[in-house]
Amino acid sequence: MAITRRTALKSLAAGLISAHVPVGAQEPAGLEPLPKQFRAWDAHSHLDQVPGNTPEERMDYLVRCMDKLGIERLIVSQGFDEFEDRPTPQQVRVENDRVMRAVRHRPDRAYGSLFVSPADVEFSLREFDRCVRDGPMVCVGELQCDVRCNAPALDPIVARAEALDVPILQHTWIKTGGNDVGESTPRDLVELARRHPKAKLICGHTGGNWEIGIRAIRDTPNIYADIAGSDPTAGFTEMAVRELGAERVIYGSDVGGRSFASQIAKVLGADLPSYAKELILGGNIRRLLAPVLEAKGLPS
Amino acid sequence: MIDTNVHLFQWPFRRLPADDPDEFVLKLKARGVEQAWAGSFEALLNRDVSGVNERLAAACRKHGAGYLIPFGCVNPHFPGWEEDLRRCQEIHRMPGVRIYPNYHGYSLADPALIQLLASAANRGMIVQIALSMEDPRMQFPLMPAPPVDPKPLAKILPGMPELKLMLLNAGYWDGDDAPEIRTIRAAANVWFDIAMNEGVGGLDRLVAATAVNRVVFGSHAPFFYFEAALLKLLSSELPLQQQMRISAENARQLLRDSAYSFKQLGGIEQDGEQFAKMRGH
Repeated sequence: MAITRRTALKSLAAGLISAHVPVGAQEPAGLEPLPKQFRAWDAHSHLDQVPGNTPEERMDYLVRCMDKLGIERLIVSQGFDEFEDRPTPQQVRVENDRVMRAVRHRPDRAYGSLFVSPADVEFSLREFDRCVRDGPMVCVGELQCDVRCNAPALDPIVARAEALDVPILQHTWIKTGGNDVGESTPRDLVELARRHPKAKLICGHTGGNWEIGIRAIRDTPNIYADIAGSDPTAGFTEMAVRELGAERVIYGSDVGGRSFASQIAKVLGADLPSYAKELILGGNIRRLLAPVLEAKGLPS
Repeated sequence: MIDTNVHLFQWPFRRLPADDPDEFVLKLKARGVEQAWAGSFEALLNRDVSGVNERLAAACRKHGAGYLIPFGCVNPHFPGWEEDLRRCQEIHRMPGVRIYPNYHGYSLADPALIQLLASAANRGMIVQIALSMEDPRMQFPLMPAPPVDPKPLAKILPGMPELKLMLLNAGYWDGDDAPEIRTIRAAANVWFDIAMNEGVGGLDRLVAATAVNRVVFGSHAPFFYFEAALLKLLSSELPLQQQMRISAENARQLLRDSAYSFKQLGGIEQDGEQFAKMRGH
């Protein structure tokens, strides 16, 4: 059977419709955005490994990618250059400045998230005030450094986040073969969450080994599962919803190291009802951000 | 759409949605897949590879000619692997084999593998090498299987121009610009699937680094959500014509070429014609 443009489009469209992504015939990608009801907000993204020499150029590139899949907004975190697990205050400040530049360039499509390091708490708190209290940022994280998140040094940072009612995205992994020095696990985050039961904590990557990570955070209701940044292994999102409820599962991509496509597929390809997908893709993160967005007069 | 990278049956370490072949086929058809090249998860750990291949062929036949195309497994370290290869082609009518060096404990520099590649090339069979099956950081702790190092292929490929080699799940070398990797990317007889291609713009980079006629659609379903590969393809910046090539045309051409080689085999020419007819050529 000779392939034709019509049969190819039909074939591609059949796939997308079942993924809740309607397809049209426009050039070049033949792809239309997600249905509006999903209102996808990506809670976990970075500017690293993205084409472009400046935060503004990289943001433009990401927006082009978002438009192809119908992603409405990004929460942008640290990470423009190579990752530093023990950044100097100067490096932290530069990272935050880059994120704020990207967000100011596309305020309609991105919100910023604060980078701090528990290695220097006093500096971190000043940075908190500069970027969140007095600046445009609405979230904290992805926190990732060589200090595990159950360390007491995290307490004043979490307390400040609680005071301003902003969520914290904490990197976690449970790596087969062992974590890096100081790399946090979901169990570390549980310890922190139990010291701060009113804090809103997002478990980055749900520990990667999600079958273990989901179990680790299950009984700690102020921890939410971030599904970003691991291979799109089937069953992840279904198990997270089964064990935590759809209200505790949050979509993120971990771009630029990951693609929007592989990560949003974890939701679109999951065997879940539409209302659950709406919560995961955007409803939950908007609910967590609602107080700070309202306080800053920002749209949600 | 032709999906060149699916597996049937159960992943050893987790029940997957749609790991029942009947349910899986329904799901693939609902997503617009017109043909899927199927290996067997059983091949990873079962030692009776001949039995694995028989069950795979039977399951594929059950779903109608030309829909699931079986790719059996051959372990070149097993005694009598040549017979497995023969059965794959002559009994089960498989156009190729899929091998798992990291689960079977050999490298791509292994002389036994080189013999297997040469034999498959002589038979006109496609060889799919699964460079990985799972992120090593997420593997079962008692059974780590690090990704396969593809670099030895750079020395092998120039001596085997007839070999039709497809590298599956080649995600762990993105950004690696070693001379060997550049050689493999440039080889005219090496195809790449997209299942583990990652990063923003990842597919555009893969096509730029290889060739648009040597990139094929592969989902690694049901281990991965099928939609991951589909959305990578459709959200790429590639023109529609190139997306269409990747989605089906390249795989179709590769199979057609394989079928022609198959047809040239003495004594089974008729089967070769049927083989081609079955696929609508």
